[in-house]
Amino acid sequence: MRISVTQSFIAGLLAATTLGASPAAAEKTKFEFWYGLSGDLGERVQDACKKFNDSQSEFEIVCTSQNGYDTTLQNTIAAYRAKKQPAITQIYDAGTLDMMLSGAFVPAKTLMADNGYTIDWNNYFGGIANYYATAGGELNSFPFNSSTAMFYYNADAFQKAGVDFKPDTWEQVEEAARKLKAAGFECPLAFNFDTWPLMEQFSAIHNQPIATKANGYNGLDAELVVNKTKFVDHVKFFKKMADEKLFVVKTKQLGMDTVPAFTSQTCQMVQTSIADHGTIGKSLPEGVKWDVAMLPVWNGTERQNSLVGGASLWVLAGRPEAEYKGAAAFLNYIATPEMAEWWSTVTGYIPVTKTGFDAMKSNGFYDKAPYKGREFAIQSLSFTPTSENTRGIRLGGFTQIRKEFATALEAIFMQNADVQAELDKTVERGNAVLRRFEKTYAGQTLN
Amino acid sequence: MDKRAAFRSWWLPSLFALPQIILILLFFYWPAVAVLRWAFTLEPPFGGAAEFVGLANFREVFADPLYWNSVGVSLAFALCGTLATIFIGLVLALAVDRQLPGSAPFRFLYILPYAIAGPAAGMAFRFILSPERGLMASVNASFPDFWNPAKYGSHALILVIVVFAWKWAGYTFIFLLAGLQSVPRSLIEAAAMDGCGPIRRAVDIQIPMLAPTLFFLLVIMMTEGFVGADTYGIVARTTDGGPNHGTDVMVYRIVEEAFRGLNYSGASAQSLVLIGLIMIFTFIQFRFIERQVHYK
Repeated sequence: MRISVTQSFIAGLLAATTLGASPAAAEKTKFEFWYGLSGDLGERVQDACKKFNDSQSEFEIVCTSQNGYDTTLQNTIAAYRAKKQPAITQIYDAGTLDMMLSGAFVPAKTLMADNGYTIDWNNYFGGIANYYATAGGELNSFPFNSSTAMFYYNADAFQKAGVDFKPDTWEQVEEAARKLKAAGFECPLAFNFDTWPLMEQFSAIHNQPIATKANGYNGLDAELVVNKTKFVDHVKFFKKMADEKLFVVKTKQLGMDTVPAFTSQTCQMVQTSIADHGTIGKSLPEGVKWDVAMLPVWNGTERQNSLVGGASLWVLAGRPEAEYKGAAAFLNYIATPEMAEWWSTVTGYIPVTKTGFDAMKSNGFYDKAPYKGREFAIQSLSFTPTSENTRGIRLGGFTQIRKEFATALEAIFMQNADVQAELDKTVERGNAVLRRFEKTYAGQTLN
Repeated sequence: MDKRAAFRSWWLPSLFALPQIILILLFFYWPAVAVLRWAFTLEPPFGGAAEFVGLANFREVFADPLYWNSVGVSLAFALCGTLATIFIGLVLALAVDRQLPGSAPFRFLYILPYAIAGPAAGMAFRFILSPERGLMASVNASFPDFWNPAKYGSHALILVIVVFAWKWAGYTFIFLLAGLQSVPRSLIEAAAMDGCGPIRRAVDIQIPMLAPTLFFLLVIMMTEGFVGADTYGIVARTTDGGPNHGTDVMVYRIVEEAFRGLNYSGASAQSLVLIGLIMIFTFIQFRFIERQVHYK
C-alpha cells in the first residue's frame, strides 16, 4: 500500500514538474511523450524527439522516460486519473487490452483524419498492425518499436562440434545439442522462464491456440487452453533435454541470464528477441561467428507467422486541441520512410511499414554485418497471413498470467513438478485472472 | 501558579497544527480511504464505474491457497529477519561498547549498511550469493546444490533474510549502542571487580537493562519486516518472489497484484488484511511481551 501511494505520488509529481517546468517559448505548442525504453534505447528515443523538434518550429515535444514498460503504464494510469496525462504514451503489447477498454485514448485513425493527414493504413505489416487493431481491423494506436523472437546460435561452436546444418527444426536442435555436448560444450542451449518465446511464439508458429475466442480477440470470456495443446509436449521435451543437461536453465537468479550466457559463449544457442541483435553483435568478441534464424518448428509443422512484441504509441484523451495537432505531426514524422530506416538502424527494432522495409532492403541495409540477419524477423512475422492463433494475444491481466506461467516453469524445471499437473493448475489460476478482468469491465465488449 | 502554557483562543493552536494535519490527511487518511473504497469495489484501472461488490474481493483473497502461503512466508521472514537483526545488532553493540582500543571506527562502519537502499543491497547480494557465479559457486562445484536459492525456496528465504539483516542490523545497532551507553558504568565495573567476564556481564546486567530498547526494536522490526518498502525492494531485486512462490512475502504480492496485475481492488483488500494482521501482532506484543519489560 505504501508503495502504491508513493508511486502514484511520484507519477503525479513528475507530471506536475514537467508540465510546470515549461515556461513555453511563446508561440510553440508543447506536448508530452512518455516512453518506457531506458538506457541505450531510451537515448535513441530522445534523439528522435530532438530530430522532430529541429525539423519544424510549430511544436515542441517533451520526451520523458518512465524507465520500464510496466511503470509507463502505471504512471500513465496515475496521471490520467489525476488529469495530468501526457499527449502520447508508449504502451507495451501486454497492456494493449487495458488501453483499448479504458476509453482514455483518441483512436489513431480519428486523430490523423481530424488533423488532415492521410495515412495508408495498409502500409503496416499485417502481423504488426493486426496485433494492435480492433476486431474490425482498425488501428487504435501506432505500432512503434516492434520485434519478434529469433533463434541465435554460435556458428564457431557448431563448426567445432561438426554440426553442418542450420537448425530449422527442434529435432535438429536436439541433434546439434548432442553433438555440442559430445564436443565438450557444457551448455548447448540456454533458456529461462520467459513465456514469450517458449509459450507465446511457439504456439503461434505451430498454429496452436493459447486461449479460446481467437486468443481473446473475440470476447472477454476467453479461456486459456494452453494445457491441452502441443505446448505441453514442447515443455516435456524441454524437460527431457534439461534432465540430460543438453538445455540449461540460465536466469539472473542463478547468476547469468540467457543473453549474457550466449554472448559470453557459455551457451551456444538461445531464443530471444530480434531487439537483442545489436547487443549480441556488440557483446560477442570480435571474430566470433554467430548467426540468427527463425525460431525452429517441429518436423512436419506448417510454419505460421510469429507474433509481434514491443510497444505502440497511444494518444490520450483529454488534452487541448492544439496538442493533438502536434501529436499528429510527430506521429506522421516518425512514420516517414527516412525516420523508419533511421530508427531500425540505430535500435535493431524492425521497420513497421512495408515502405520502410523496402527502402532499407533496396539500400542494401540487410546485406552486410552487423545488420545481416535482421530481415529474418520480417520473414518470420509475415511468413503467413495472420490467423486466429497467430494474430496476437488479447487477454486481460496478461502480465499476471505470464507471471503465473513463468512460476509454473520454475516449478517444473527447478523443482521437478509434473508438467501436465502444473500447467493444469496454472491454466486454472490464469482463468481466474481472466474472469476477474471480465467482471471489472462488465458490460464492455471488444470491438 | 499554573505553570502550563495554555492558549487562550482555539484558532491559534489550530493554525500551528494545520500544516501537520494537512500532511496527515493528504498522505495518510486520503490514501487509506481510497484503499478502503477500492477494497469493496471493482474498478477499472483508468477509472470509471466502480461497481460495489461487497466482500467479494476479500473472499477471493482468502480462498487463494497462495495467499495463505504468502502469509506463512511473511511470518517466517519477519520473525527470522527481526531476530537476526536484533541479535547481530546486539552483539556488535556489546563489542563496540567495551571501548577496546581501535573500536571507534567500527561504531561508524557498522551503521553504514543502513544508508544503502534495500533494492541496491538486494541487487548486490544477488550477484555475491548467486549459485553459479557467486561466492558459493566453488562450493557448489564440489557439492552440487549445496546453496541454490534459484531451486530451493528455503535457500531463497535465507537469502532475502540475510540481505534484510545485513541492512537493518546497523539500525538496531544504533539504538542498542545508545541503550548500552546509558547503563551505569559503576554497575559494570563492580561486576568486573567481582570477577564477571564480558559475556556474564552482558547476560546478567546489560541485556536486562536494555529490555525497553529491545522491545521497541522488536515491534519496529516486525512491522518493517511485514510492510517495509525494503522488504518489497529486496525480494523484487533478488528472487522475484520465487522459486515457485518460495519468497512471496505479502507486500511483494500486494505490489505485484496492484501494479503488474492492475488489480487495485484485490491489492487493496490484501492491504487491509495486512494492516489488520499487523495490528493483531502489535497487540500481542504489547499484551504479552511488554509485561516482561521493566522500564525502570
